[in-house]
Amino acid sequence: MSSRTLPLLFINLGGEMLYILDQRLRAQNIPADKAKKVMNDIITTMFNKKFLEELFKPQELYSKKALRTVFDRLAHASIMRLNQASMDKLYDLMTMAFKYQVLLCPRPKDILLVSFNHMDAIKDFVKDTPSILSQVDETYQQLIEMYTTLSNGEFQLIRQTLLIFFQDMHIRVSIFLKDKVQNSNGRFVLPTSGPVPHGTQVPGLIRIFSCTGEEQTRLQFNNGGNYTSAIREGSFEIFGDRVTKLGTNMYSVSRPVETHMSGTSKNSAQHTKVNTAPNPLAKEELNMLARLMGGLEVQKAGSSDSGFRVNLFATDEEEEEALITRPDELSYGVINIQATKDQQVSAELTKIMGEFTDSGHQSPSSSNKGDDLLAMMDDL
Amino acid sequence: MFHKEKNIQIKNSASALYNNLSVLRIAPRRLTYFTVVHANVVNMVSASWDGLNYSHRQLQSKEPNVATSTSLIMQAAFCVLPSRELLVVTSQKGIQMYESDGSIMVYWHALDTPETPTAQAVFARGIAAVSENYVCVGVSSGAILVFDVPSKGSNITLSEVLEEHKESITDIASECSGSQECVANLVTVDDGGSLCVWKSGEEFQLLNKIGGFDISCSSVKLWKGTVVAGYGSGQIRIYEAVTGILQSEINAHARWIYSLDIAPFSGLLLSAAEDSYVRVWHLSVTPETNSVEVAHLHNECVTDTQICGAKFCDGDGYAFAVTGYDLSEIIRYTQT
Repeated sequence: MSSRTLPLLFINLGGEMLYILDQRLRAQNIPADKAKKVMNDIITTMFNKKFLEELFKPQELYSKKALRTVFDRLAHASIMRLNQASMDKLYDLMTMAFKYQVLLCPRPKDILLVSFNHMDAIKDFVKDTPSILSQVDETYQQLIEMYTTLSNGEFQLIRQTLLIFFQDMHIRVSIFLKDKVQNSNGRFVLPTSGPVPHGTQVPGLIRIFSCTGEEQTRLQFNNGGNYTSAIREGSFEIFGDRVTKLGTNMYSVSRPVETHMSGTSKNSAQHTKVNTAPNPLAKEELNMLARLMGGLEVQKAGSSDSGFRVNLFATDEEEEEALITRPDELSYGVINIQATKDQQVSAELTKIMGEFTDSGHQSPSSSNKGDDLLAMMDDL
Repeated sequence: MFHKEKNIQIKNSASALYNNLSVLRIAPRRLTYFTVVHANVVNMVSASWDGLNYSHRQLQSKEPNVATSTSLIMQAAFCVLPSRELLVVTSQKGIQMYESDGSIMVYWHALDTPETPTAQAVFARGIAAVSENYVCVGVSSGAILVFDVPSKGSNITLSEVLEEHKESITDIASECSGSQECVANLVTVDDGGSLCVWKSGEEFQLLNKIGGFDISCSSVKLWKGTVVAGYGSGQIRIYEAVTGILQSEINAHARWIYSLDIAPFSGLLLSAAEDSYVRVWHLSVTPETNSVEVAHLHNECVTDTQICGAKFCDGDGYAFAVTGYDLSEIIRYTQT
């Protein structure tokens, strides 16, 4: 639908990822210099100029699988490693958090304020590193340029596009359950109280006008909720009070994150039925992905002893358990693609494949080099 | 005033799209059809009036002879003409028209989609049957496509393109199909909140244009020469169609309105929004004095749901149905 959705999706999901990784790095007592290196490396990769150029081009949203591939790559842009179970959990948390933020935005335009909250936090993560800081600042400019002129209707289209992307995801997140913003069935709580959005009046008034425009009658009705007047609008500039708390960091060392895999909504099975239809988009998407990721530079892992593994679970056993018990319908499968003979795509893929270091996903080799690479993609 | 009936299960959850529910009552067969859009699929349910039989069908936005990307559906709506009933499905690639039971596609119109995506999205949205033989469909560019529909067969042709709107069309409504004579029988609305009022014919005539204020109008209805429009601000505004005079303004909802419907025989008005509320109102119009009366009758709160479709199931408004984002059910209410 909207061809301007991807940058917002990427930046907000990236922001959530950084919040979670930051919390885990602290929780696991990773030495400060290593933790900082990881955060800096990931942020540098996220805001790579060439990468962002591709991202900001008008285009349709990627499939969940394709986007997961991009974030896999991003999470491994530094010396930190994540096992598959932890990567799955990380992605679950990121997506449910942003889904929550999109749903609860009072106005579609507020998604931009949420994005700025994420950007503000990212800026804070790298405030001591001028080179990365300038990359982040440039991205603010791009966001302002692209989005502040959009109409409310166009923002609603972006929001609707995002909601289709998040459709049928009901993974329960313990921090949301504890805060009572998510029900035990995985659905978010939508309050019928609180301030109305900026530009909206509290429901309850019917006005009748005469043909000359004078107000003839005023009637009140009961709106059933408990609404209050709108509060001030957040700032859409590089600096400013965003007012909304959506998109700010909700994690801290004392509030760890868990997801519950059991008892997910039965609708997820129905959802997979639609998703597993043969994907004719795959080749096009792969091309887009190749172009996008061609811009992602690699941070070569230093000597083997500077690398370390981060666990999104409390213990290694839990992580292993999570991998085994993850329901099929929630596995982030791979794009089922047919071999392409396109030389350029193969070249791009060679470059990308060469940079993937996520071990344990080697496929049996096949005769054609193109097939080889695609088969490897298949196993990601 | 209304109580909840048994929900109807659908195969997929409803997507967050404006006016995402269409209802067709087939009295001779004691059936009602419902359609709900999920991404690139239209879910159709046929429900028997005795509540015992439900059958399902899914339509995809597959374009004939096109093997590339799937396209997302923006809207599906039944069009009732004097001679026949069609199901019209609008998507990013074009417009499909089916027989009302979804069994056969009778017409396909491709939109001009650019080779590489442009910043301005391309799609069709806004569907209405007009007068004896027209179906009007809106486009993201602001154009309205007028299709001439013969009483049977697939010889549907594009008769006219109305270019008046500058923003994407959000909804289209008509009244007086067939029998009555109306001055204004079509209203079209867009993302900027502009409303255009037309009279159908071999050449459609623009009767009035009411400017918007960058407040998107997501849903519109036309009844007894009165335009009822729902906005992103949560307001409902009622205008006299031909003159454009604002007759009433209602601070109806706390969030973006997604759907409006009117039961033509009783004047009941249904409004539904992202705020989880469906509200029932009573509208009475006195054309002689150009005045309207609006009364609020009833609220239903669909807990934790952003409603995306709400329609009366019959012309008297005895029953209505509701869909919500991420919900795989059609919720129904009937009068007590």
